Amino acid sequence: MLRIENLSVYYGKRLVLHDVSLEINSGEVVALIGPNGAGKSTLVRAVSGVIPAYRGIIQNDDLSRHTDLLSLSPMQRARSLAVVPQVASLPPAFTVWETVLMGRTPHLNFLGQVSARDEAIARLALQKVDALELSGRRVGELSGGEQQRVLLARALAQSTPILLLDEPTSNLDLHYQVSFMETVSALARQEHLAVLVALHDLNLAARYASRVALLVEGKIKATGTPRQVLTPELISLAYHLPVQVIPHPFVDAPLVLPGSR
Amino acid sequence: MKYCVPAKIMKIRPYLYTMIFLLLAVMLSIAIGSVIIPPVDLGRILFGWLKGVTFSDPLKTFAFILTDIRLPRTALVLLTGAALGGSGAAYQGLFRNPLADPYLIGVASGAGLGAVLAISVKWPYSFWGLLAVPVAAFIGALLTVFLVYVLARVGKTIPTTNLILAGVAFGSFATALTTYLMLLSTGELHRAIAWLSGGASQAGWEPVLAMLPFLVTGLGTLLLSGHALNLLQFGDDQAQQMGLSVTRTRTLILLAASLATAAAVSFSGIIGFIGLIVPHVIRLWFGADYRRLLPLSLIGGAGALLLADVIARSVMRPQELPVGIVTALVGAPFFLWVLRRAKNQGYW
Repeated sequence: MLRIENLSVYYGKRLVLHDVSLEINSGEVVALIGPNGAGKSTLVRAVSGVIPAYRGIIQNDDLSRHTDLLSLSPMQRARSLAVVPQVASLPPAFTVWETVLMGRTPHLNFLGQVSARDEAIARLALQKVDALELSGRRVGELSGGEQQRVLLARALAQSTPILLLDEPTSNLDLHYQVSFMETVSALARQEHLAVLVALHDLNLAARYASRVALLVEGKIKATGTPRQVLTPELISLAYHLPVQVIPHPFVDAPLVLPGSR
Repeated sequence: MKYCVPAKIMKIRPYLYTMIFLLLAVMLSIAIGSVIIPPVDLGRILFGWLKGVTFSDPLKTFAFILTDIRLPRTALVLLTGAALGGSGAAYQGLFRNPLADPYLIGVASGAGLGAVLAISVKWPYSFWGLLAVPVAAFIGALLTVFLVYVLARVGKTIPTTNLILAGVAFGSFATALTTYLMLLSTGELHRAIAWLSGGASQAGWEPVLAMLPFLVTGLGTLLLSGHALNLLQFGDDQAQQMGLSVTRTRTLILLAASLATAAAVSFSGIIGFIGLIVPHVIRLWFGADYRRLLPLSLIGGAGALLLADVIARSVMRPQELPVGIVTALVGAPFFLWVLRRAKNQGYW
């Protein structure tokens, strides 16, 4: 399980994350929601170690061990924690197969020599996201939805207990949004992964996350089940917009409907 | 099965093609010059060497030309081409930019300036003095890379136009200084510096030997960096999230590429566009995997520069063109084509 405790991050002199604490258990999907600029991407980047934390603890806890992720080298950290970035800028010339195999990096030497086992794991990762038939294609030829699944497969190939996703659905159409999140939540359960996913879409968060964390101006305003966090009071305050919350007509989840300013 | 790694033959084939190209270029380079050695005589000389026969004219003259002129020159041009092809591929990967080339980003000119400064201070009479030239060139190259990088950077990205503008601007500045130093100089020194900026090759085995340690270190490191360069294509964040120590690796590759460039410039002068064309063509034909792209660019760069050198020696026989002119005549139009293509397709 991933434990974030009192994490503070500065960009220059500006405090962008302020004492953020959050726990994500193995097997559960926690959605990180909040308005633009609240610090969702910053949190993902800080937890994955690409920007320095000013203060705080980031730990990978299992039954017997507590691993301090901040003190690890990038290589060691990448064995505990994988990130699915936004598809925005992918090098187009690599094939899907090459891209997913690169997920094995933390388990390889500097030369990146892969074994039959690494190939088997990459193949399995592609199977899990239902993208095996894409393996010979170049990444640049794929649709946004296909690219996002390839990035998920690459993260799975890292074979980590923790998975972070940074707004993975923001470039996807309705069909891909739903199927992508279904894949993610199924994987969290089956593979026993601790999944933190930053999401713009409150209703996707409501539907696929077991818990939701609301981040506003670098602070966690509320954590809890979708019903506890996605309330008219909390959401209107965070987004400066009147909202109504009704039960979802198809699934057991709240549905947030924005009003107008 | 589609997802399978291509069969072994597919992995070897690109190496086979580029090696054949290189071999042909080597043979042409040995045979053609102010005097053309017919293939038959070439064979006889090689055969004679194996058996330890002493030659009589005209074979004796040919054998002399071969050992004292053609072979060292071919070796020097081959190594220079490999350095330019390899460092070009590395710079393209580091800057994530298809137009990065040791010449276009100013590194070659910076290295040239460093070399000329070293020669101006003291003309290297000894072999050890000869070794000091690439060291000075290396310092010049590193300072240039740093400067161009800082000038061209916008936030975390380096836009193509900025990179080329900064590179060309600084390159012109360094070249102007080099020319000024050349005009100030006299005699031996004048010719030495003229060779450096003109790009014609020096004779004898000594430059080849002096170049070797720098090239082996620089290109050797680059050959090991293929996987790291692959990861860097995803951007620094993703590369690190996949387990790469980004800053350390970037610095290492930058040092290695600049070392190779400096060695090439120190003994063969400033030669443009090989580092642009060769990796680009290799990428088009054999894919973007840097583990393959780097070695193939070395081989291809060596072959391409040998061909350019053969042309430079042939078109105005017995006079020679600086080889840099030949590569520029082919390379500049190619550069414009790549520029348009990169723009139209959002290629990178």
